Amino acid sequence: MKILGYRRENGTFGVRNHLLILPTSVCATDTAEKIAAQVPGAIAVPNQHGCCQIGSDQEQTERTLEGFGKNANVGAVLVVGLGCDGIQANELAKRIAVTGKPVEAITIQGCGGTLKAIARGGEIACAMAAKLSTEVRTEGDISEIVLGMECGGSDPTSGLASNPTIGYVSDKLVSLGGSSILSETTEVIGAEHILAERFGDPAQREKFLTMVHNVEERALKLGEDLRTGQPTPGNKAGGLSTIEEKSLGCMYKAGNTAPFQGALEYSELLPLDKKGLYFMDTPGQDIDSITGMVAGGATAIVFSTGRGTPTGSPIAPVIKITGNTDTFNNMPDNIDVNAGKIITEGATIKDLGEETFQLLVEVCNGKLTKAEALGHREFGIYKVSGTF
Amino acid sequence: MNAVIHVNSKDNLVTCLRPIKKGEKIEFEGKTYIASSDIPKFHKMAVEDIPKGGYCYKYGQIIGEALEDLHPGDYVHVHNLASTRGRGDLKA
Repeated sequence: MKILGYRRENGTFGVRNHLLILPTSVCATDTAEKIAAQVPGAIAVPNQHGCCQIGSDQEQTERTLEGFGKNANVGAVLVVGLGCDGIQANELAKRIAVTGKPVEAITIQGCGGTLKAIARGGEIACAMAAKLSTEVRTEGDISEIVLGMECGGSDPTSGLASNPTIGYVSDKLVSLGGSSILSETTEVIGAEHILAERFGDPAQREKFLTMVHNVEERALKLGEDLRTGQPTPGNKAGGLSTIEEKSLGCMYKAGNTAPFQGALEYSELLPLDKKGLYFMDTPGQDIDSITGMVAGGATAIVFSTGRGTPTGSPIAPVIKITGNTDTFNNMPDNIDVNAGKIITEGATIKDLGEETFQLLVEVCNGKLTKAEALGHREFGIYKVSGTF
Repeated sequence: MNAVIHVNSKDNLVTCLRPIKKGEKIEFEGKTYIASSDIPKFHKMAVEDIPKGGYCYKYGQIIGEALEDLHPGDYVHVHNLASTRGRGDLKA
């Protein structure tokens, strides 16, 4: 099946052609946003980290920013640093530049202050935008899509209708040679024994189970009941009682047929030479989770919600699907697909799966999702530990 | 549309597909249940006796344990169903 998108210099295939203004640290975020404001279409991400982090925590932030720059939906990148920050602009730019796409870096200290950095950054971004505007969509294959799967603001309809619908889409995409990512390790607790059976490689299965164990262990070490935050108040108001119940509904996003190829660290790049279904170690919190998958290479997201959520991504289209017809009617500007018809009208999971898959193809070809049309660009990086 | 959905035959809980009123008779799978309290839409009702500490099942899997003796027709949610996972609060 053919789709229309953007062939990148390294062979990857994107469905959007974004100009990314990438702040290396929180100290550069405001300036990056001011640069992006000069150039219509340019997107700055609100990085809240990037300095005074250590070890694996620093690496995770840098890996996430690098992944955003490398993502096939991004056509060109301007990296903006303060200068003295923990993540160095030139270094990050070099790591992104291996893709072959246009990448430049500036620092606020190097430019001589905010105003000069905005002027210099604006000049670079304008030239990049002009170049991107000449690029046209070319033909690629549906197998080149990397689909990130998310659920948030879940209620019991998520497990009954919208998540199984996403599972159908994932199974179909993988059967056509594509890739998909199941995420949200917290929302695997109580369902890990079922998902683990679908890992062919025992080492990857063990890695997956260790990820789930480690998340639960964090709640235990804090001496807290996980239920103080998971499920959330809205999950509970909707009818979900425990993390096990939430997880057992969440796992339907992984479909039924595709085996897991492996378990990825947060924002780890999905292997380009081994497609299929993957698990990624992200938190249940939607924004951090989607950010991790997009950094890992996801070019489209399908997001199931019961209570309703506006979430988008700075660089990937997010398709919103609900299993709750009341929510679809309550938040029509946010939700793309009503899988509540499975409950209220006797529609089948296959019916809604086909409808959603068709929409995914249209979105990859350029149709805006509701989150995109509204300009939703939520971004958040999962932390390994506190900042020093 | 049925009033409830019984996802797996092993489940001792069902999910209500519409709001249920206290005292309302719910018939499905050849049995009749009387709701012992109001149950909101998409929340759960017990369809078997579940002793305190007994496991509650949905999707054919354990979703937690009963905090009190539960009876068919009871509303089952966070007030009488506890998670068995991530319970740092129970650690000695």
